[in-house]
Amino acid sequence: MPVLEKENAQTWRRRTTGENLFRWFGWLIGVAIFVVCWQRISEATTWFFVWDAPRIAGDIWTRATPPRWEYITQLGRPIWDTLNIATLGTLIAICLAVPVAFMAARNTTPSVLFIRPVALLVIVSSRSINSLIWALLLIAIIGPGVFAGVIAIAIRSIGFCAKLLYEAIEEIDHTQVEAISATGASRWQVMAYGIVPQILPAFAGIAVFRWDINIRESTVLGLVGAGGIGLQLSASLNVLAWPQVSLILLVILAAVMISEWVSAKVRGAII
Amino acid sequence: MSHRELEDMLGKGWRKPPFVSNPKLRWSLILGFVAYLVAAFMTIEVDWGRVYVGLDRGWAFILAFTSPDFTSRASDIWDGLLESIVMTVAASVVGILISIPIGLGAARNIAPLPIYLVCRGIVAVSRALQEIIVAILLVAIFGFGPLAGFLTLSFATIGFLSKLLAEDIEAMDKVQAEAIKASGARWLQWINYGVQPQVMPRLVGLSMYRIDINFRESAILGLVGAGGIGATLNTAFDRYEYDTAAAILILIIGIVMSLEYLSGIIRAKVQ
Repeated sequence: MPVLEKENAQTWRRRTTGENLFRWFGWLIGVAIFVVCWQRISEATTWFFVWDAPRIAGDIWTRATPPRWEYITQLGRPIWDTLNIATLGTLIAICLAVPVAFMAARNTTPSVLFIRPVALLVIVSSRSINSLIWALLLIAIIGPGVFAGVIAIAIRSIGFCAKLLYEAIEEIDHTQVEAISATGASRWQVMAYGIVPQILPAFAGIAVFRWDINIRESTVLGLVGAGGIGLQLSASLNVLAWPQVSLILLVILAAVMISEWVSAKVRGAII
Repeated sequence: MSHRELEDMLGKGWRKPPFVSNPKLRWSLILGFVAYLVAAFMTIEVDWGRVYVGLDRGWAFILAFTSPDFTSRASDIWDGLLESIVMTVAASVVGILISIPIGLGAARNIAPLPIYLVCRGIVAVSRALQEIIVAILLVAIFGFGPLAGFLTLSFATIGFLSKLLAEDIEAMDKVQAEAIKASGARWLQWINYGVQPQVMPRLVGLSMYRIDINFRESAILGLVGAGGIGATLNTAFDRYEYDTAAAILILIIGIVMSLEYLSGIIRAKVQ
């Protein structure tokens, strides 16, 4: 126990002098890095605009209120498209994520040396690139529209679903699998009766959770041209129609909250 | 189970119990889902001719991954990447620093009701608004550049980290906190010695995870003019320079992978 000797009395201390020094040095380096980063941001900023920001914000606020409510009649189709992008994208992602997850889980993969790293690479690359970037890419390849949005959401979700799913597969109770294989079941029967029932609740939870996230992401995919309500948002922003922008933002907020509520309810019912 | 029921069941093959036990609910769910799928497919317009034409471009893009071009746009890539990293670091530091008091305030067992409600409100607003939408608004207010991106990421970090931190504080062990209080500690000492050691491992883990997310998000903020690698990436896509785009994507994936690896090491050390 580190103690401090002062006037012949020992007082408790949390750390020794060496530890304190080391920590102090770490903090110094951290603060220095932060200051350097802040300087770079500061150099790239036009500070005049920043000092002017409260006025601009107030200006935008007065322009954006009240929202143009009658515009909502034109938002029905974009909302339906957004819902489709999220739902179909999630469905495709799930179908593709299941085999990837089984190949990535250490206890079910056909080959730890060759197939598992490939599956992990698929998961990482799909996870580390945002759906907006996937959408940009797909628009260049298959043209703008809802279809590009669906595929972008699907590609982005594979990694997320597969990662959570393979972690669930690795945590299963092995005795059940052994019991099924002891009855003489084939490899596929072991999967269907020993592994799948154990991961089914986790699987359903992951799917609904991802659907919730996808609703959020699909609302902005239109900003790059991939369909949905984001198209209306970027169109309104481009013509500076702030009352329409505020209405669209309210609709997006409502959609996000409803989807979160639905997903919480469904997950509560499953688990 | 009576003798009679057992007799009835003998000779019949075992069948898997269905996932939803109520048959009416099950069939209406299935029917509703199929109806939705049909409706969704009917309304999505896919221009298969355009898709077919685009396949060549898609193939060209995949091929570009085998020969990524790091050199011809090296300075743009480097500047964008550096700006992304700078934004990530600064926003993570500021976001974490702000989210700690808000997290404390959003924990019901520490904060009085008025503070609790205010902090929960901040968390709810921050979580409901998406990064890219916040970035659009902040770019409109503060002008183009990394400052808008920095503020966006800080804002998003607050919502994420405060919520999870508050949940962790609410789930902490009361006994330790009470013991510190019984020794006559002041409020700050109580937080520092009774609460903080219990939530620290999780806070470090979550912070690392958030840094990872912030970097990934910083890659798209450039699409709306908020600084970072996104602008470079967008330009590369627009000019069909797939080899440059592939190089940027490879860099992003590499950085995310190394961040994930690093956070794994740090989390293992802290816990």
